[in-house]
Amino acid sequence: MTDVRTAHEARLREAGTVLEVKDLDVSFLRDGTWRNVVRNLSFDVRERETVAVVGESGSGKSVSSLAIMGLLPELTSRVSGSVVLQGRQLLGLPEKQMKTVRGRDVSMIFQEPMTSLNPVLTVGFQLCEALMIHSAMSREQAEAEAVRLLDKVRIPAAKARLHEYPHKFSGGMRQRVMIAMALACKPKMLIADEPTTALDVTIQAEILELIKSLQRDEGMSVLFITHDMGVVAEIADRTVVMFNGDIIEKGSTENIFEKPADPYTKALLSAVPRLGSMQGRDRPLRFPVVDKTTGTSDVPNEVADTVRGSETPVLQVGNLTTRFDITSGLFSRVTGRVHAVENVSFSVRAGETLSLVGESGCGKSTTGRSILRLVTPQAGSILVAGRDISSMQGAQLKEMRRNLQTIFQDPFASLNPRLSVGRSIAEPLVAYGKGTAAEIRDRVAYLLEKVGLSPDMATRFPHEFSGGQRQRICIARALALEPKMIIADEAVSALDVSIKAQVINLMLDLQAEMGLAYLFISHDMAVVERVSHRVAVMYLGEIVEIGPRRAVFENPIHPYTKRLLSAVPIPDPRQRFVSKELAASEIKSPVRAPDYEVPPRIYREVSQGHSVQVWGEEWGA
Amino acid sequence: MSSQAPDLTSSAAPDRGDHHAVPAKRHPWLLFLRRHPTVAVGGILLLLIAFAAIAAPFLGTTDPTKVNTIMRTRAPSAQHWFGTDVLGRDLYSRILYGARVSLLVGFTVAVLSSVCGLVVGLFAGFSRRMDAFVMRIMDGLMSIPSILLAVALMALNRGSVGNVIFAITIAEFPRVARLVRGVVLSLREQPYVDAAVTSGTSLPRIVVMHILPNTVAPMVVQATYICASAMITEAILSFIGAGTPPIVPSWGNIMAEGRALWQVKFYIVLFPAIFLSLTVLAVNLVGDGLRDALDPRFAKKI
Repeated sequence: MTDVRTAHEARLREAGTVLEVKDLDVSFLRDGTWRNVVRNLSFDVRERETVAVVGESGSGKSVSSLAIMGLLPELTSRVSGSVVLQGRQLLGLPEKQMKTVRGRDVSMIFQEPMTSLNPVLTVGFQLCEALMIHSAMSREQAEAEAVRLLDKVRIPAAKARLHEYPHKFSGGMRQRVMIAMALACKPKMLIADEPTTALDVTIQAEILELIKSLQRDEGMSVLFITHDMGVVAEIADRTVVMFNGDIIEKGSTENIFEKPADPYTKALLSAVPRLGSMQGRDRPLRFPVVDKTTGTSDVPNEVADTVRGSETPVLQVGNLTTRFDITSGLFSRVTGRVHAVENVSFSVRAGETLSLVGESGCGKSTTGRSILRLVTPQAGSILVAGRDISSMQGAQLKEMRRNLQTIFQDPFASLNPRLSVGRSIAEPLVAYGKGTAAEIRDRVAYLLEKVGLSPDMATRFPHEFSGGQRQRICIARALALEPKMIIADEAVSALDVSIKAQVINLMLDLQAEMGLAYLFISHDMAVVERVSHRVAVMYLGEIVEIGPRRAVFENPIHPYTKRLLSAVPIPDPRQRFVSKELAASEIKSPVRAPDYEVPPRIYREVSQGHSVQVWGEEWGA
Repeated sequence: MSSQAPDLTSSAAPDRGDHHAVPAKRHPWLLFLRRHPTVAVGGILLLLIAFAAIAAPFLGTTDPTKVNTIMRTRAPSAQHWFGTDVLGRDLYSRILYGARVSLLVGFTVAVLSSVCGLVVGLFAGFSRRMDAFVMRIMDGLMSIPSILLAVALMALNRGSVGNVIFAITIAEFPRVARLVRGVVLSLREQPYVDAAVTSGTSLPRIVVMHILPNTVAPMVVQATYICASAMITEAILSFIGAGTPPIVPSWGNIMAEGRALWQVKFYIVLFPAIFLSLTVLAVNLVGDGLRDALDPRFAKKI
């Protein structure tokens, strides 16, 4: 491995420059004024090198890449500075010439694979289009080349899939098609704008491996834009850190990770959870708070033991099953069933955090929704503080709802944009008739202070707040009725790295103060490691492994748990040259025929509280 | 009114929330009209016509039903600004009074179909079982041509403004129902509605507080289109004699009476036609402008 690494570094030292950006300045016209969103950005990318541009939302990283490609709207944007690609100045190039540059000399892949392909054209057509425009190929030659490209990005049965439409491909497959399109004309430079952010972690690992191997084979340079430090450590030779339009720091990835010079970089790195950093600890740990101006950090103590095991468990779920019918035809015949949640059982004690982890489609969100009775489960029992709510209706259900509150994933859509923040927080209080208008106002002020906001924000509207603040407002709303348990459904997934850390610290503080229990639903293993007492891993609607966090993370038994843990990008640049063994896999779908019989599952106890599902041949040896 | 929100827990996390310089409440309407000239132009035109209709007795008109057989089909002159019709009645007066009928029918149909469509749309959007059934009924109603329905009603009763309003509403309200149902279906999936359910809010309250405000914008736009369509339909009905009774002046009536003579005495058809076109244009301009102004992409900038 060190040979690969030294050879790579030697090659880099001798390499010429493919892209040189100097003093790039971008301004946008909004509401009549010009706002400078990127200032004095300078960096370069050498041959066969991967440079990562990392920053949080609003840092200007995507905007700079669009400026390099000349894709910003003409009338409302101003770009100045110099962008030299292989000796050719790109800024100021007329559109006709720029079109020959795009796709042939530099190409780009975007974040959303679901919307990057035209849904009414076949995949083959879109691939051939790129080929026929830039290289003078005939249709047959282009199709043959397209099949070769699809094979290269490891799409199985490429020849047959050439004539399929994008909706038949999954997110990961679509991203591979995008990569194939980008590579079609063998560009010297690939710009990847957060290509794996919208993908599941195992698919992300595969796509990153693919980009790395393609880069080696084609001798391409890659400019990789991301907010995920783990991904940066995994693929980048050099890193550029941006914040609010300014370049904060740039250098080799090892230097940035081991010896960050700027306080902002230090703060960013300290907010990144590292998988494996909780070895030896039993209880959750706060994130260290780093002052962004001075760079000094506090040392977080392990939180006090908040679990109250002697009381009745707050939530006991037994054999929960939720299925959705798929109907088709004129008379709505049932043609299939989505087995979203299949025989799920777990319990959560007061003051404890149980995390449900898994990838998309595993049923963790549906489990949360079934417990909240937002969907009606087919079978199973849900005991909240000892009483079964699975078939309650009306006033009884309303009475029990007070004990279970929830925070959702999207802080933008969780608050009605037309209601002031105070009214949104007061909604549960008003629904239960808790006091007069003045008392409710006081309580809203108290709640706002508790989540770290100021009480005079109650009259403002959601659009005036940032994502992290909105999530705090949602937490305040969840606390209004003094619930016993809060279900956090991917509550921090959509937040920036440093905001994520702050919100998690807030949640841990509230747990210590109020003895709350959490059902933490997430796909982010590193965050889960930090926050939870116990972990349950879900796959295709079933729990495959459940146990104390330490047991599951340090001693994973089920093959799926192992696969999940190995796919998480580690923010350690030294691991970069270790190649991972990854098969091109798809996440299976939980849709089954209407007469499907669920096979009975057996659980084996590995140690105290740690159980694992006995698996069959589909998981290999 | 700054939107700089002090974040108390963390150290120096800069607030990069939408910096909204909310303009002072001085003249928000003027600002709105300046940014959306179509609404301004259409609105002013519509207001002028409405003013003319309401203040008709004071704008130099005479009795529109006064028959004067000596002055039949005279060309426009100082005495009769738009000329006279086949019975010697002053066209200018008839047209201004006719505006009342058109505007009345237009707005009443718009309001009634909005209300009916809202109720049906909310019901169809919320009730999964009745949804398909109700929408098929709506499809059936939409396929009935309003003109034929009005003729049938006239055969049963006498022709009257009420019948016209009823017939056009039946034909138009399913469109509003379909629109409202679409909005309800998409809003029902929003996380804030789920949050309201888990907060214990009752269903009627959810409908009023969370769903209704978001249906108002598209409904208002649709209502203006229905208004324009209703005005034209009413004119057509009056033209063929199935609308307002002959004693009530309506643009369609006037045009019908001048139909035989239009090659020689074109002004009998021309002037009501101009007014009808201008009114419908004004309503459509307001509708177009409102649709652009209330585009959901800008909904965050409330």
